Amino acid sequence: MADTEELIDELAGLTLFADLSRPELAGVAHTLEEEWYAEGQRILREGLSGTGFYVLLEGEVSVRLGGDELARLHRGAFFGEAAILLGELPGADVVAAGRVRVVNLAGPAMKNFLMRHPNVMYRMLQEQTRRLRSANRWRR
Amino acid sequence: METLAERPFPPGDYPLVVVGSGPGGIQVSYSLRRLGVEHAFISADDSPGGMFRRFPFFQRLLSWTKPYAPVPRGSRAYQRYDWNSLIGDEPTHQAIQPEFMDGTSEFPSRPEMEAQLAEFVHRAALPIRYGCRWEATRRDGDRFVLDTSDGEYRCGLVVFAVGVAEPFTPELAGREHVVHYVDTRDAASYAGKRLFIVGKQNSGFELASGLLHWASRIVLASPRPAKLSVETNTLAGIRARYLQPIEDRFMGGGVYILNASIEGVERAGDVFRIKTRATEGGMDLTIEADEVIAATGFVTPLRDLPALGVATFGQSRLPAQTAYWESASLPGVYFAGTINMGSPGLKKNGVGGTGAVHGARFNARILAREIAERHFGIVAPRPSLAPRDVVNYLLEEATDAPELWNQKGYLARAVLFGGDGPYDEGIVPLQAFVDGSGPDGAAITLEGDAEGVVRPAAYVRRGGSVSEVMLDPDPLNEFRGSADGRARLTAALGELLP
Repeated sequence: MADTEELIDELAGLTLFADLSRPELAGVAHTLEEEWYAEGQRILREGLSGTGFYVLLEGEVSVRLGGDELARLHRGAFFGEAAILLGELPGADVVAAGRVRVVNLAGPAMKNFLMRHPNVMYRMLQEQTRRLRSANRWRR
Repeated sequence: METLAERPFPPGDYPLVVVGSGPGGIQVSYSLRRLGVEHAFISADDSPGGMFRRFPFFQRLLSWTKPYAPVPRGSRAYQRYDWNSLIGDEPTHQAIQPEFMDGTSEFPSRPEMEAQLAEFVHRAALPIRYGCRWEATRRDGDRFVLDTSDGEYRCGLVVFAVGVAEPFTPELAGREHVVHYVDTRDAASYAGKRLFIVGKQNSGFELASGLLHWASRIVLASPRPAKLSVETNTLAGIRARYLQPIEDRFMGGGVYILNASIEGVERAGDVFRIKTRATEGGMDLTIEADEVIAATGFVTPLRDLPALGVATFGQSRLPAQTAYWESASLPGVYFAGTINMGSPGLKKNGVGGTGAVHGARFNARILAREIAERHFGIVAPRPSLAPRDVVNYLLEEATDAPELWNQKGYLARAVLFGGDGPYDEGIVPLQAFVDGSGPDGAAITLEGDAEGVVRPAAYVRRGGSVSEVMLDPDPLNEFRGSADGRARLTAALGELLP
């Protein structure tokens, strides 16, 4: 549980939102919706449309395909953006590994949110680039 | 006059206790009673109605009841057009709200809503122990013990239907100068005053609309830009009823709407100075006002339940719930009514289930069936369907089912295929079908997109895995005759059908 002030403090501590001023963070905290998941609950569902963008505040999630764990994400990680940005269905499940707290942004609101907060878009791009570089390294 | 000794449900041991006599509590108790589940029903209030005994201030609800709908009053399909009546099993328990409307608006007044709820309780002869305040909770082995103003109630299960009802004002410097929405006075007492309203959701705009005639200036401020329901195409947003202040701002009528955080409120003689900081650009602005009202919402009055293990989240401190509205962290504790927002469902396109009466009344009925089956072995019948009728049945439900229209993307009609062929599983939480296991089958719901287009969405479970089948919209929402829908559903169900 967090009231908005606590949520602002939490968001301020995440890399994705590190460049935002406090008033901007307040706007973000009022825009994102907090959600809570019990262990084993699905947050993102493979093949289902209309998904959202999630930032992990507490706990860990497991990225799963056909019962196999592809990756594990920790506090500060974000997921769901690829399906929204590309207009595709999610390619895997994301499942709560223990109790999980996230903030969520609805898919249709994503473009407007990123255009309003270019610093968040830049941080997201950095992280995506890191992921791409890692993937390319593995391929070599 | 009822004496203390005549009040129902004295303290003692019960299989289940329902707490709270707003619409959620009344509906779940009514439905449990019809199923034969013995329980006590207690309420701190002295009459039924919950929040509707006091709110909204400016007299009319946000939820309509249309006395003249395209379907007969009292039919199941009519419930889609009557958002306020509770759901009864007998004709005299159905569609009560239109009997209590004076014809001046499709939105009942607050007293009309309160009267409808009281009439439902009266006609159903629903026993409620009023004036019995739940004060504390503890565990005794596998039982719950509720301490109340009347004594101890011991039970195996509890349904809390206590609303999202506790006024919430965020921490800020000078909070003592800020009056909460619940303490708003008579409109005339704001004559000529400069108002500062913290919060840009429906309650803030309700106040602004109601006080446009009286206040000399109204400033509404909060960090997030106001969203309108006509833009979001969901109930999340300022409802059309409250748009007048937005038009007044544009027309220069003394209404100002700021996207700013409130940095503090201080007294300066007879007035207040509110320090704000713009969300974008960070510009500081101090605004003088005669009154400061926080329309910053409510939290869930869960008392000591979090200490007992009920996980909560978000600013409203909603308890996290399973698809069947059980605490996600403390089994045996269930929730009904507005609190059901703590089980948002699949939230496709950001749209979760509604906690308002028109949706939560259906949740309460499903919850009663779930409790009856899971804990009391009282299993509702599942009528068989002829295989050739399955697709038509699903499309008819998409066209007419009030549960699907009022809980879009949240409740669904499910048909399962057992050893003896297909049968009607009933109305179920969509999330329970999609994430749960069980026989092959299909669940149909209605989903709205960001453009406000409503279309049926079917979820087909075969061999344990669920796939989504989006059907085409129809300009008149008449899905039952859809050749496209029939073809896609038939293909998705494959050899399950003859």
